[in-house]
Amino acid sequence: MGLKSKDLLGMKQLTPEEIMEILDTAKTMKLVISSANKKTSHLQGKSVVTLFYENSTRTRLSFELASKYMGSASANISASGSSVAKGESLLDTARTIDMMGTDIIIMRHPQSGAPHSIANRIKASVVNAGDGMNEHPTQALLDMLTMYERFDTFEGKNIAICGDVYHSRVVRSNAIGLAKLGAHVSVYGPRTMMPIGIEKMGVRVASSVADCVKDADAVMGLRVQLERQKSSLFPSVAEYSKFYAITPEMLKLAKPDAFLMHPGPCNHGVELPTAVYDCDQSVINEQVTNGVAVRMAVLYLLMARRNNL
Amino acid sequence: MKTIIKNCKVFNSDKDVVYVNDGKFSEAFAENEADEVIDAKGNTVFPGLVDIHVHLREPGYEYRETIATGTAAAARGGFTSVCCMPNTLPVCDNAAVVSGILKKAAEAGNCRVYPIGAATKDIENTELAELGLMKEAGIVAVSNDGKPIPNAGLMRKVLEYSSDFDIPVLNHCEEKSLGTGAMNEGEVSTAIGIRGSSTAAEDIMISRDLILAEYLNVPVHICHVSTMGGVRMIREAKARGVKVTAETCPHYFTLTDACCENYDTNFKMHPPLRTEEHRLAVIEGLKDGTIDCIVTDHAPHHQDEKDVEFSNANNGIVGLESSFALSYTYLVKTGIITLEKLIDLMCYNPSSILKLGRGGMNVGDDADLTIMDLENEFTFDKNKMLTKGRNTPFDGWKLFGETQLTMMGGKKTYEKLC
Repeated sequence: MGLKSKDLLGMKQLTPEEIMEILDTAKTMKLVISSANKKTSHLQGKSVVTLFYENSTRTRLSFELASKYMGSASANISASGSSVAKGESLLDTARTIDMMGTDIIIMRHPQSGAPHSIANRIKASVVNAGDGMNEHPTQALLDMLTMYERFDTFEGKNIAICGDVYHSRVVRSNAIGLAKLGAHVSVYGPRTMMPIGIEKMGVRVASSVADCVKDADAVMGLRVQLERQKSSLFPSVAEYSKFYAITPEMLKLAKPDAFLMHPGPCNHGVELPTAVYDCDQSVINEQVTNGVAVRMAVLYLLMARRNNL
Repeated sequence: MKTIIKNCKVFNSDKDVVYVNDGKFSEAFAENEADEVIDAKGNTVFPGLVDIHVHLREPGYEYRETIATGTAAAARGGFTSVCCMPNTLPVCDNAAVVSGILKKAAEAGNCRVYPIGAATKDIENTELAELGLMKEAGIVAVSNDGKPIPNAGLMRKVLEYSSDFDIPVLNHCEEKSLGTGAMNEGEVSTAIGIRGSSTAAEDIMISRDLILAEYLNVPVHICHVSTMGGVRMIREAKARGVKVTAETCPHYFTLTDACCENYDTNFKMHPPLRTEEHRLAVIEGLKDGTIDCIVTDHAPHHQDEKDVEFSNANNGIVGLESSFALSYTYLVKTGIITLEKLIDLMCYNPSSILKLGRGGMNVGDDADLTIMDLENEFTFDKNKMLTKGRNTPFDGWKLFGETQLTMMGGKKTYEKLC
């Protein structure tokens, strides 16, 4: 039991068996979250630190609650309120946290590869909570948990993802994880936001929103950052919502029992009309709960490995 | 001072002894007249190598490299002549900085140093620098390396004005609006989420410079070619008689962008490492003469500038001490080119492009030479390098062609300790 690696850097590093172990463990953890007494002792006597160089509501809070539900001492550092603001390097910051007896560092950073650059230099386990445009593995795991609760298998399932694919670490982690379990991923977004060579990651590049969501078992919208309009990636919000949003009509093209996901935060009326966000097929709010469950599972399995060594 | 190097093979000759007298290659003399007799142990004596694209960092960035350490590294790599790029602090854009570099180089005495001046003041791409006065002070070329001249009109003026003084123009070709990424744009950059810099960025500026050189009938030299499109366009331009010359670096024919997969910043440089098809095109360009020379783009950085997040890391790697061995191992040992062709690429051609007059081994020529062991494999060890930089991707590589001794003007500038 436990993960093979000291760290969780990305879906790239996980085997299909490890992904399934995390998802199965998360299902159990979800029972803890829904119980009256949200307390386990799995992380008792352990310390977990979140180190965030970017803003976050749900990822950071869900990691913090996950570690507290399991009894760990936890602390948070953000770039703006720490010595990072004085220019301390990432490596020095990581070593400092490591030397305080920290077991797990949960890190978000605007640059791809940042957690990789410290992981093999410190004793603590590093969990990637989003690095630049590279990966956001616990987001993919919570998305997959949400699917797993509805599918008996990922094999042959069609997953449609629409939006700003270029800048999305959520797409990359989902594409890698879902491909490892045999699902088919289609992506679509403005060509200006479609990275060269994405098809080499095993995804199909669709030709329209309709083509992307057709016969999908699950549909995922992606947040588009409105400031990207300034760099000529799309001309206006009005045009984006007309040609690239997942509208009720588009959602009808998916399979009848398909469900709608979004990693949040959502720009209502841009990538999703509010009516779609709130529709019966939407599981967006449940994803949030699953985020806590999956993060409990990840912390539990990383600690199991540390305890076994 | 009289020196004899015996028990050697002399490159491109059937001689097995080299005589040096008063800094020059000389006629034979008796061994008992020699002040020193060097036993070359059967190794090969080559003309001293020439690198027309290095960064010595002085003045201003002495924490990365000094002229003394950079030229010591050059000597260890078999080089007796190097040309240093102007992106120092202050920028080498005036005669005073040129003279300062030459003075420091003479004091160090490790290698001939030929400064390259900035084409525009402070490399700001607005006003021409004092090219004529810098030429009088000793520059052999102009370049805004790393900050390519973005404006075609300004590039035209640089090419025209330089031609009045017979100053070669070397351009680092990257259209910055397409080329701000930290690695090559492609499936690897997409998979690891690093912003990419496209081959189109390099190709577009190469095409612009070729068009200007043809239109104005002036020479242009294309720095560190890394793309298939660049090689193809230069080949076509040469066939039409355009006065273009080109260089590449060992990393472009030994490495690909797949090396960046683990975010190791020692694989980060500009232009970035490309895909396998581009690597093969560069080799083809070396084979058929499209690319005229191998340079290092030796770019020492401090550990603190490389031991950071990939996108934050400085561009560039050191190269002076690995260039010959990599080129010999990967181009000559593999049978892709002959040893004679390699010395064209690393000595005669670069010397001729910048009119340095180096490479001669006839009686009366300056005794610039290097002795290489072509037979025994060695392990390239970054901790043995003489450069201050440790930013090499080649640490631990098994190579052939280790420098045994280098001599500039009859003076030993490097000798391998047994």
